[in-house]
Amino acid sequence: MISRNPGALADPDRPVVPPDRGALDAQPKWRSDFPVDAGQEEYVSRRELVKFMVLTSGAFVIGHVWLLVKSVFERLGPRPPALAVAALEELPVGGAKTFQYPAGSPPRLLVRTGAASFVAYDQQCTHLACPVVPVVARGRLHCPCHNGWFDLSTGRPVAGPPQRPLPRVVLDIRGATVYATGVEEPAS
Amino acid sequence: MPVSDRYEFFVDPARCIGCQACIQACTECETHKGQSMIQLDVLDRAGSTQTVPMVCMHCDSPTCAEVCPADAIKRTEDGVVQTARKPRCIACNNCVLACPFGVPKMQSRLGLMMKCDMCYDRTSAGMKPMCASVCPSQALAFGTREEMLRLRPTARAVNTFLFGNQIIRTKVHMLVPADAPAEVIDVTAAIFEPTMGHELLEDVFDETADRRTP
Repeated sequence: MISRNPGALADPDRPVVPPDRGALDAQPKWRSDFPVDAGQEEYVSRRELVKFMVLTSGAFVIGHVWLLVKSVFERLGPRPPALAVAALEELPVGGAKTFQYPAGSPPRLLVRTGAASFVAYDQQCTHLACPVVPVVARGRLHCPCHNGWFDLSTGRPVAGPPQRPLPRVVLDIRGATVYATGVEEPAS
Repeated sequence: MPVSDRYEFFVDPARCIGCQACIQACTECETHKGQSMIQLDVLDRAGSTQTVPMVCMHCDSPTCAEVCPADAIKRTEDGVVQTARKPRCIACNNCVLACPFGVPKMQSRLGLMMKCDMCYDRTSAGMKPMCASVCPSQALAFGTREEMLRLRPTARAVNTFLFGNQIIRTKVHMLVPADAPAEVIDVTAAIFEPTMGHELLEDVFDETADRRTP
């Protein structure tokens, strides 16, 4: 976008003369970088700079608007169908299992916290996307990469570098099977 | 607006009468900030009244610009080498030392090298430079080549100079006698000659002088 100054073309009537009066092609490169003639200097004009700044920031604005529209449509779009994640007997209390919901998503983590209570979160730590490990005895999820801790019952960060809560998967227990029915993206 | 190619600057040292009008006029040029950029050399004060005015010759390969470490000295499209750019000039004096004609002048108070720019505000508007407009003997002349040939049939314009092994062609012409054999002017030929007159120096330092003149 920032191009050479159109007036920078060499004047045919007044050719550039290097001190040794040799061929211009044989001159070192610095001679063209630091020309004696004012017209051959590569200047960015004020108009070019303003044009570059306006178009670049315009592209950023359009990109952000596109992201916003995309997220709104995703939120309003049809919810993925419920997925049978695990049978009740499959997991002991304190046991965990990874699954994908909807199919192709980042891995989710299903944890059985009690006889009839299950929670499921995104397995990626919200700090730098390391997989989190459930520590059911302390009621927390632990990220070993940077010693981050999340509350097991809410998914909120309680210690360490993570600042945002883990996305929560909404579960529904129908009979003897645990179904995933939706994903709660954190508001922030 | 660039300086017109029709008008050229001619320096004829033989016509200089040493009146110093050019020095005064130079300070009054608007681009010179009250500083005189012209230099009036006295060749041999004891033996002669000859003086030589020196303006910038505006070389095709300006040594001042070549040695500038700050890329501050630029030549405009009409071949006029301008005063150093104020935001760039670091007042290092390289150009002052390098110029074979001794043209760049360091203005220590401004921290800026200033040099003869052919009164760019005037010549780019079609007027004569200050020095050429005031010179009573037209040793500094600004006009067309035809005009010069008509007015000075015994003179010939030379603009090729020798500086060591370097050949320099200049925008400003030096007028030499038409029958002079020289095609080039060697700038450094007289560099080791004493600035005082020969006779005077020989009188002072010659050991035999005392014996010769009792």
